[in-house]
Amino acid sequence: MSTPAVSAAVPAAGGGSGSAVRLEDLHRSYGDVHALDGLTLDVEPGSMLVLLGPSGCGKTTALRALAGLEDVDRGRVLVDGRDVTDMPASKRDMGMVFQAYSLFPHLSALENVAFGLRMRRVGTAERRRRAGEALELVGLSGLADRYAGQMSGGQQQRVALARALAIRPRVLLLDEPLSALDARVRTQLREEIRRIQLEVGTTAVFVTHDQEEALAVADQVGVMSAGRLEQLAAPQEVYDRPATRFVAEFVGLSSRVPATVRDGRAVTAAGEVPLLPGSADGPRVDVLVRPESVVVTPDGSPGSPEGAGTGARGRVVHASFLGALARVRLATDDGEVLAQLPAVDAVGLGPGTAVSWRLAATAALAVPPGEGTS
Amino acid sequence: MAELTALRSQVPPAQRRAPLARRRRRRQALQRWVVVTVLGIFFLLPLYAMVEFTTRAPSGSGRTLDVWRTLADVRSLADQYPDLLDGLVASAELVLLTVALMLVLLVPTMIWVRLRLPWLRRPMEFVCLLPLTVPAIVLVVGLAPVYAWVAYFLGPASWTLCFAYAILVLPFAYRALDAGLQAVDVRTLSEAARSLGAGWGTVITRVVLPNIRSAVLSASFLSVALVLGEFTVANLLSRTNVQVAINLLGKRDPSISVAVSLAALLIAFALLLVLSLAGIRRRRRGPRAGRTDEPVLAVTPVSLEET
Repeated sequence: MSTPAVSAAVPAAGGGSGSAVRLEDLHRSYGDVHALDGLTLDVEPGSMLVLLGPSGCGKTTALRALAGLEDVDRGRVLVDGRDVTDMPASKRDMGMVFQAYSLFPHLSALENVAFGLRMRRVGTAERRRRAGEALELVGLSGLADRYAGQMSGGQQQRVALARALAIRPRVLLLDEPLSALDARVRTQLREEIRRIQLEVGTTAVFVTHDQEEALAVADQVGVMSAGRLEQLAAPQEVYDRPATRFVAEFVGLSSRVPATVRDGRAVTAAGEVPLLPGSADGPRVDVLVRPESVVVTPDGSPGSPEGAGTGARGRVVHASFLGALARVRLATDDGEVLAQLPAVDAVGLGPGTAVSWRLAATAALAVPPGEGTS
Repeated sequence: MAELTALRSQVPPAQRRAPLARRRRRRQALQRWVVVTVLGIFFLLPLYAMVEFTTRAPSGSGRTLDVWRTLADVRSLADQYPDLLDGLVASAELVLLTVALMLVLLVPTMIWVRLRLPWLRRPMEFVCLLPLTVPAIVLVVGLAPVYAWVAYFLGPASWTLCFAYAILVLPFAYRALDAGLQAVDVRTLSEAARSLGAGWGTVITRVVLPNIRSAVLSASFLSVALVLGEFTVANLLSRTNVQVAINLLGKRDPSISVAVSLAALLIAFALLLVLSLAGIRRRRRGPRAGRTDEPVLAVTPVSLEET
C-alpha cells in the first residue's frame, strides 16, 4: 500500500458549478439486511467524495439513493439545501457513470453524449457543439462516430463520463467506473477523472472498493461498513489516523502487536508508540501497526538494534518484491508481523533469515487484545 | 524399419497431423451434404408434388398452366372464387391487427416487468407459454362463449379473430422478445437514460426498443406466420381467413386450392425472407460488435389444423 498521492490533497478548484450534498439519516433495508443504517454525510461543493468499503457495505445503495435510482425507507437527500428525496431520477440533474458499460449500443459516441442534452431540448447545433466539447474534454473527439461495440472498455467509460458531464450536472456520480478495466487503464483513467473533475469544478461522489483508487483521487474519503459511515476525512488522515478498528484494518495493511499501555503510549517488545484517539482502554491491548512503521534490520548489520533494548527478534517467513519496495512477513514471538522497506534494503532477506525489528514512533490505534484477525 | 521410424520422427508433428485433419474435414463435409440433401428432399418433395398436381392436364396426360393463369388473373379469380379474395383480405387484416395488438400488449409489459417487477417474470412466462399447451380445439371451446359477446358488441367480422390470435401468438412472441431483452442490459441502460433526464416513455421508445429491434421483428414474423397458417379457430368460430377459404375451395376445385396453398406458402416465405434480409442489413448499417441482437427467424406459415 503506497501512501496517497500528493494531488489528492489538492482542494477542488474554486467551487466551480458544484452543489452541496447532504445525506441525512438514510435507512434502506432489503428484508433483514440493512444496506443503509442511518447514513449521514456532507459533501462540500466542488469536492470529490469517495465512498470506500467492502462489498455489501451500502456504498452503491447510498450513491443510487442520491441519484434517485433507489428509494430510501427513511432519511433525506438534500442538494444545495433542497430536499430531493422524492424527486425522480430524471429530474435531479445528476450525471452518472456506471460500473457496467452503459453506452446506448444503437447510438454513436457523439449521439450518446448528446442524449442528455436532447432530453433537455437543447437545439441541434448547440447539442452537437456541447457534445463535441465534452468528447474533447475526455480526449475522444476523434471517435465521435464510433459505436460502443467499436470502442475499448476504457474508451466506453470515457464516453460515459463525457455523457454525464455534457449535461453540466449538479453532482457527478461514479459507481465503480473503473472496476471492469485493466490495471494500467484504471490508473490512467482515475487520474483523468480527477483532472476533469477539478477542471469542471463539479461536486463528485465516487464509489469504489479499491482503497488505492480512493486515496488517490479523493478530497474526502468516507469509509463505510454495514450501512454506516465509519470515518469521513481526508485520505491522509484516514490512512494515518484511522478513527475505528474497521478503518485501520480495511484501509491499508496492518499487523497486530501485543502491547501494554503506559502513560498514553503502547509499549511493545519492539518499542513504544503513541496511541491514536479512539484507542481501546485497558492495561493490555493490541496495536495495529502499518508495514512501513516496522523497521527491519538483518542480524549483524551496523543498524541492528540488537542490544539497544528497543528491538525484537524475528525470522523472515516470506519476502515479496514489489518493484521499488519489498514486503517482508516476519515470524516473531508475538505472531506474524508485516514490514515494508525499500527493495534495495531487502536484498538477502530470504525465508529463514534472522532479523531484528522495531516500531517507528508513528501513532497507532490500539484494539482489545486477541479480537478478530489482522 | 528403424530408418522409417527415424524418418517419421524427423517430420514435425504438425505436418504429421495435416492429412488426418484433411480427412476429417472431408468426412464432415460429406456428412453435411447428406443431411442437407435428406432434409431438402423432405421439404421439397411435397412442394414438387403440389406443382405436379396443379400442372396436370385434365386429360391426365401432359402439362398445363391453366390453374396458375387463373390464379394470376385477380379479376377473374374474384369473379370465380369470391370467398378466396375475402379470405385473403381478412388474413391481411388479421396479420396487421394481431401483430399490432401483440406488440402493444407484450413489449411494454415485458420491459416494465424486467425493470420494475422482476418477481413477476416467472408467472408472466407461465401465462404467456400456456396457450402452447392448450389444444386449439379446447381453446375454441373456451373462446366460443367469449366470441358470442364479441359478436354482440363488435359484429361477426373476421378481424375480431385478432383477439384470439393475439393469445395464440403469445408463446412464440414472448420467447423471441425475452431472448432480445436478455441480450441487453436493460436495467443499466434505462438507469443511464433516466439519470440523463429521460422519462419512462422515452426510456422504452428511445433506448430499449431500438436495442431489441431484431427481437421485435422476430416476434412479428412468428406472429405473421402463425396467423397466415391458422385454420381451426377461424373455421370453428365461423369466421373466414385464407386457410378457411382454401379449405372451402378444395371441396369445389382441388387444383386451384392446392395452387393457392402453394402460392401462399411461397409468398409468405418470400415475405419473411425479405424482412429477414432487411433486418440483417439494418443491423449491418448500425453498430457491429457489442450488439447482441438475436437472429431474425425466417419461418414459414404453420397451420393449426394439424394440432
